[in-house]
Amino acid sequence: MSSVSTASAVLKTAAWHRSRRWILLWLSLGLIVLLTVSLLLGRYPRTGLISWERLNQDELAYRLVFNLRLPRLLTALALGMSLSAGGLVFQMLFGNPLVEPGFLGVSQGAAFGAALCIVFFSGSAVLVQGSAAAFALIGLGLSYLLARRIRYGGWVLRLVLSGVAVSALFSAGVGILKYVADPMSQLPEITFWLLGGLSGITWTKFLSILPAVVLGLVFLFLFRWRLNVLALNDETAFSLGAAPKRERLLLLVAAVLPAAAVISVTGMVGWVGLIMPQIARRIFGTDTRLSLPAAMLLGGIFAIVCDDLCRTLLAGEIPLGILTSLLGALVFVLLMISRVVKVER
Amino acid sequence: MKPALLSFRQVCFGYDQSALPILESLDFSLEEGRITAILGPNGAGKTTLLYLALGWLKAWQGEIRLSGKPIGSFGRRALGQQIALIPQSEHLPFEYTVLEYVLLGRAPYLPPLGMPEPADEMIAYEALEKAGIADLYNHSIMEISGGERQLVLLARALAQQPRLLLLDEPTAHLDLSNKFRLMRLIQELQQSGTSILLTTHEPEIALAISETTILMEKRGVLISGPTSEITTEENLSRIYHVPLRIISVEGRKQVIWI
Repeated sequence: MSSVSTASAVLKTAAWHRSRRWILLWLSLGLIVLLTVSLLLGRYPRTGLISWERLNQDELAYRLVFNLRLPRLLTALALGMSLSAGGLVFQMLFGNPLVEPGFLGVSQGAAFGAALCIVFFSGSAVLVQGSAAAFALIGLGLSYLLARRIRYGGWVLRLVLSGVAVSALFSAGVGILKYVADPMSQLPEITFWLLGGLSGITWTKFLSILPAVVLGLVFLFLFRWRLNVLALNDETAFSLGAAPKRERLLLLVAAVLPAAAVISVTGMVGWVGLIMPQIARRIFGTDTRLSLPAAMLLGGIFAIVCDDLCRTLLAGEIPLGILTSLLGALVFVLLMISRVVKVER
Repeated sequence: MKPALLSFRQVCFGYDQSALPILESLDFSLEEGRITAILGPNGAGKTTLLYLALGWLKAWQGEIRLSGKPIGSFGRRALGQQIALIPQSEHLPFEYTVLEYVLLGRAPYLPPLGMPEPADEMIAYEALEKAGIADLYNHSIMEISGGERQLVLLARALAQQPRLLLLDEPTAHLDLSNKFRLMRLIQELQQSGTSILLTTHEPEIALAISETTILMEKRGVLISGPTSEITTEENLSRIYHVPLRIISVEGRKQVIWI
């Protein structure tokens, strides 16, 4: 009798996994359709989809679509996937659903780097990106070193504390820079950077972040089941044959690098890394074997939709960070109060 | 002669290098297939000793051997296949299902990038059956009771198929019926060939299920040997600093204070 129920339980679990994999497949297909539609969607020549003939005849339309929209779309995809996957990894490793990949000094570090460059080197785009990336990594390094020097608390608490402290230092720095910035030219640029956006994306910028993004995401994807083990207490993870300290550090770096790379070209885009992982867990369950790929897909879709709205809704650009917060929070609230989407088995 | 399953020789350990060690010159060995209890008051270093046996903490001096080989010479996965741990409490932040959680016990048998296969799911489910909670396999670990959660941890350890199972205060938060159930399960596990090392601050637990007892007081082992010889009124009174009496009720020993 027991072997019968074993088999049926295993079959049921397998069926559930299959159904979720189908959803993942549909999400991937949806993403591809969305990418295609978004490529043709815009405000030239008028708001709506551009036609295929026009694309072939109109030199300007062709250049617009393939030199401006395509890298921008791909960057939006990278942004959504990196922040959301990084957020999920952080939330699992820290056992805390309220952290996101930038919180270890990365986001504020990048903001400081960008602001510094804008104020003192009235920077070209390349310089701002380089400075933001460098300070993002400096922020991460400082948080890590500080965590190692803190003499009490567990590994997680120490990292959280040092992340908070380093972020606060950098955000104070950003405050000072905003204060001394030229209010006519530099301050708007800083503010715009802090709100995040994809309007300045070129192929060069996209290609410069591509290696870090691809490497990090592939690594995280391969480690997706292992992440469950590393989310456990130190001793428990150790007893299950893991080397918790080393493996967690590896995963953290793999989660931060894509996020830092993306932030360096897009500025601060809030809420993606915080909310998308929660939605993924809600639909796919906690097991990161499913929820990590789900977070990547959902994050990518969400970022592309937001960016589409940013560039088509008004004649001018809406900063991306505003829309991600607005939509993200709305979706999140709806999800929390609805009873429809729940991990029911 | 076959080497002992686990042996401590002159082991010395502390958390703070600048302070005095917490455990000094620990000397004892576990035989294969036995239930051994580490009995002592709160703060005597029972958990520390358990984590030394797990290989998680490294001894300052002395040697810990598993099947005759230094414990540090085992690879991470190899050691995970030998020793399982049930910690006293485990922080569970997210809503795993019971089966997903128990499946984590298969980690030492999988390569770092591996995923559990249907065979692993079978083993996990059978572990749930052994623990008597198979009907909960689909429930969230956040929704079940504390006693059931302890059984989930036991099932995860079973899925790990260890030679030596370490339990840290396994009965600390359990009511009487769950306590009884857990002790039964531990005894069944021993009969199927697993060696067991558990810590407890309750002498009754040691008296009820262990064949060997290690009595601890501050800074180390007081004495170790067969449970019936070691757990005397005199020894227990000495480690707990309370006058204790052992009485026998229907052939079973009970400790009372006076």
